[in-house]
Amino acid sequence: MRAVRPHLPIHFFILGAVFLYAGFLIVAPIVAIVQKTFSEGVAPIVATFQDPNVMHALQLTYFLSFGAVIVNTLLGMATAWVLVRQRFLGRRLLNTLVDIPFVFSPVIFGYVMIILFGREGWLTPTLFPIVFALPGILIGKAFVSVPFIIREVQPILASLEREPEEAALVMGASHWTVFRRIVFPNIWDGVLYGIVLTFARAVGEFGAVSVVSGGIEGRTETATMFVFRALNDRNDIGAYSMSLLLGISAVVILVVMNLLRRRIGK
Amino acid sequence: MTDMSLQTPAQRWAFSLPRLSYGKWGLRLSAIIYLAVFILVPISVVIIKSFDEGWEGFWQSLANPTVISAIWLTVWTSILMALVNVVMGTLTAYALVAYDFPLKGVFNALIDLPFAIPTLVTGVMLVVLYGPQSLLGDFFKNELGIRIIFAPPAIIIALLFIGYPFVIRTVQPVLEALEPNQQEAAETMGASGWRIFWRVIFPAIRPAMIAGGMLSFARALGEFGSIIIVSGNIPMRSQTATVYLYGQVEGGNMMAASAVSAVLLLVAFGITIAVEFVEARRHASR
Repeated sequence: MRAVRPHLPIHFFILGAVFLYAGFLIVAPIVAIVQKTFSEGVAPIVATFQDPNVMHALQLTYFLSFGAVIVNTLLGMATAWVLVRQRFLGRRLLNTLVDIPFVFSPVIFGYVMIILFGREGWLTPTLFPIVFALPGILIGKAFVSVPFIIREVQPILASLEREPEEAALVMGASHWTVFRRIVFPNIWDGVLYGIVLTFARAVGEFGAVSVVSGGIEGRTETATMFVFRALNDRNDIGAYSMSLLLGISAVVILVVMNLLRRRIGK
Repeated sequence: MTDMSLQTPAQRWAFSLPRLSYGKWGLRLSAIIYLAVFILVPISVVIIKSFDEGWEGFWQSLANPTVISAIWLTVWTSILMALVNVVMGTLTAYALVAYDFPLKGVFNALIDLPFAIPTLVTGVMLVVLYGPQSLLGDFFKNELGIRIIFAPPAIIIALLFIGYPFVIRTVQPVLEALEPNQQEAAETMGASGWRIFWRVIFPAIRPAMIAGGMLSFARALGEFGSIIIVSGNIPMRSQTATVYLYGQVEGGNMMAASAVSAVLLLVAFGITIAVEFVEARRHASR
């Protein structure tokens, strides 16, 4: 399909309807929160971020989201490879499983972790706690973002020409070298795009984390949990400030996504 | 694989070295363990737990007016969202592909915002916009008599926000791939715009519309972050299944939580398989 300049009444009607809808749905809430956050000046916003517990929540969120990215990047790349390059019984089932975290309610996942690792859980470790501690939050963040890397890398891997790899192998290159020198440079943009999506999803996670973290201020409280607590404590400006910060980081992520998408040619 | 001569040199080479198949098996095992631990185990735990007290316990946890109304609220708001989303998402995708307009790149990027923004923040933004002390909230409440926040309309708006990219991003590539010749041919033969849409464009994008709609529906069933903020969590009125679930987990009522989880999972799983079926047909018909 080719894009045309709108010139008929129907064109303007469609564009108007779309702008009105997107304006109300997406733009209006953003304008509202920006305006409301600054409604009492900058001082209360600064005060919010001077609270050490708030800073801790932010650091914890980014740190654990980074952890989730590492887990999912390494295992996600391996999984994408296996799903594209290997043929074995159960491969299609595995492929179907990948999408489950998109539809599996994170609250349910948090609840499963309580059953498995909570007090009197089925698999509660004795050495260190998982639930109501950092490992539980990390697992929750990793779970909700499992599909992204796999689903970004899979199509690129599937469309890759095999001849260069085979030539390198015949000439005596090791499999690791072939992967590092030939495969990896080709899938890197896709991996990066997947990383951005994984990170965004992990930062924003609330359902699983709220069940599993216990939300101990200054210890296991994440950024989204702080927003929730601030609202309950009627600390509205605090909640809005953190929401706005998370929103701004979402916009940064969006910009990066678009730069990458142009590079992948999607 | 049966005919050796058809194998590439690499495959033959790979076959002759056992060291290689260790690597192959290592990768395969790590993929299987990764998905089993993260996905298969949680599903099994939910199912096992919900039948702790047999079928009877399972049904008892569900046969409770609060549970039924929570599941029903989740389902009807999600269906309504999916219907509106399919229409408006398709229209948006069409506008993005068919017309040139200023700041199109920015608008196109904005579509992905719901993917990037934490859904809890979506909830906060909607409360600020439609809440009791806001301009819009006042207008709807006093002039139109409609309560938005802490009522089903807020849930639907939150779901619409979150689901917006799903239909657009599945329909957009299909529209882009449409051959302009077909349309031009239809135009030169004197077909009207409306007819071209129904006869040429709509049949091509229909599977993508269905797939995108179902994806957003499945996503909506499990949505929690935005809903707990905007719904007000009033049992029988604005409590959705996931919010009910959250309350039960917090209260330590694991049986009820498991049964509701199992139902939600079953529906979501059914949707995923249906989407795959639609996608498979879509690719087959190409």
